[in-house]
Amino acid sequence: MTLEAGICPNGHVSYPTHPRCPDCGQEQEETTDLSEERAEVVTWTKSTATPPGVREPNTMAIVEFDISHLDLEDTFVRALGQVTTEDVETGDVVEPVYVEELRDPDVGLKSANPESQDWDGYRWDPV
Amino acid sequence: MGVAVIGASMTKFGQRDAWLQELLSQAGEECLDDAGVSPNEVEHLYVSNMASGEFEGQTGVMNLLAHDLGVLPAYSERVDQTSSSGGAGIYEAWQSVASGASEMTLLVGGEKMTHKTTGQATDIIASITHPAEYKHGITLPSFAGLTARHYLERFDAPRESLARVAVKNHKNGVDNPNAQFQKEITTEKALESPIIADPLRLYDFCPITDGSAAMMFTTEERAKELTDEYAVVSGIGGATDTHVVHERDDPTIMRGVVESSDEAYEMAGIGPDDLDVAELHDMFTILEFLQLEGIGVADQGTAWELAMDGTTQKDGDLPINTSGGLKSKGHPLGASGVAQGVEIYEQLVGEAGPRQVEAETALACNVGGFGNCVITTIMEAGK
Ligand SMILES: [Zn+2]
Repeated sequence: MTLEAGICPNGHVSYPTHPRCPDCGQEQEETTDLSEERAEVVTWTKSTATPPGVREPNTMAIVEFDISHLDLEDTFVRALGQVTTEDVETGDVVEPVYVEELRDPDVGLKSANPESQDWDGYRWDPV
Repeated sequence: MGVAVIGASMTKFGQRDAWLQELLSQAGEECLDDAGVSPNEVEHLYVSNMASGEFEGQTGVMNLLAHDLGVLPAYSERVDQTSSSGGAGIYEAWQSVASGASEMTLLVGGEKMTHKTTGQATDIIASITHPAEYKHGITLPSFAGLTARHYLERFDAPRESLARVAVKNHKNGVDNPNAQFQKEITTEKALESPIIADPLRLYDFCPITDGSAAMMFTTEERAKELTDEYAVVSGIGGATDTHVVHERDDPTIMRGVVESSDEAYEMAGIGPDDLDVAELHDMFTILEFLQLEGIGVADQGTAWELAMDGTTQKDGDLPINTSGGLKSKGHPLGASGVAQGVEIYEQLVGEAGPRQVEAETALACNVGGFGNCVITTIMEAGK
């Protein structure tokens, strides 16, 4: 499994990928896999009022991957994800861990068409 | 062509027995009466609504309302821009008159939500997010929690400043008979309420609400013939930010607010210093700060000071959310942007009753999603 960010010819990087670069409108022709990289927590929340099919509480964080070693225009890329624990702080270093089902696709508004999107992905595990 | 507002109305906001059809027609009829316009004069009808299909299985609501109000054969359209559907409706209505396509345009916004459980309603609203966010169980309140933590930590703002926003807007709502809550709260109560999305608590969030609101638009020329009391849409702007919230360069800058207000100020030929009163989209307390900064009233990271020093209170230099805001008035998604317009219209024509402040120039900022779409409207008292 991969955690793919898209790269445009001008070196702009985004997670998730888009057909066109959100910054400059060029096609994102390349990708980079972030699943083996470490990231730093920018901010986090613990949600205690979660919708049907979502774990409660649901701790989530926006994390920042340092990609300066790729020598592109963008030096970092951010991603949102669930955290493996409720014990997290801003500035913590995390590793992505793969989870097959982040929430139950068979309940909630999208349960009539669960095949319309992916339900697997990565949680952030503080190192 | 100058565009004027000549009438406005709103239903009681709150937990209503009425379904959407009845809510919309109630606000629509009252607006026709308030403007002194007969249904057959209406040339365009816009219905702002985010999710009637998802909430009650009723789609095609513009046909429902056009037929019920007797405005046939007017051009009709449903406007969906999620939480900013109401503001987008103002934009469409303004366009229809400014372009010369319509001389009399009725805008009605409405939503029926409270029959769903909080979890179901939260899920319907969360479905506006990108699939990469939705699968993690993101909700709009969670975006607010993520952003509020970053704001407080980065700008060293006191947690109490957010509670002050809730206290102020609840206080303003006491004087609004159509508000869902007409009840003051204390800072202590806000700070001790249950955590919903850490660091935000129950009183940092607007409620789930049923309700409808309406406005009547015509040319400035026609307004002068029809009435002495009208307001002019002197500036309006709309903008879209990234769908994926974490992709924004700076989590505390709502680019849609910045761009749309820049556009509106430029059209009106004024700046933030010229505002007398404003309605901001306080779906979450933190949003009042981000919008005050986005519309240029405060520098980045400093809007919390205005909540602490009283600037934004009703008797302060720039009253914010005299209606009670979404916080106490309630937030029936598609109706909210229209209800903001109703409040600034009433302030400008002197019909705000106990909420009245002295105002010649007013702004409304309606935010869709977590800043995904934003409409800023500037209105001035007609001369
Ligand atoms: Zn690019």
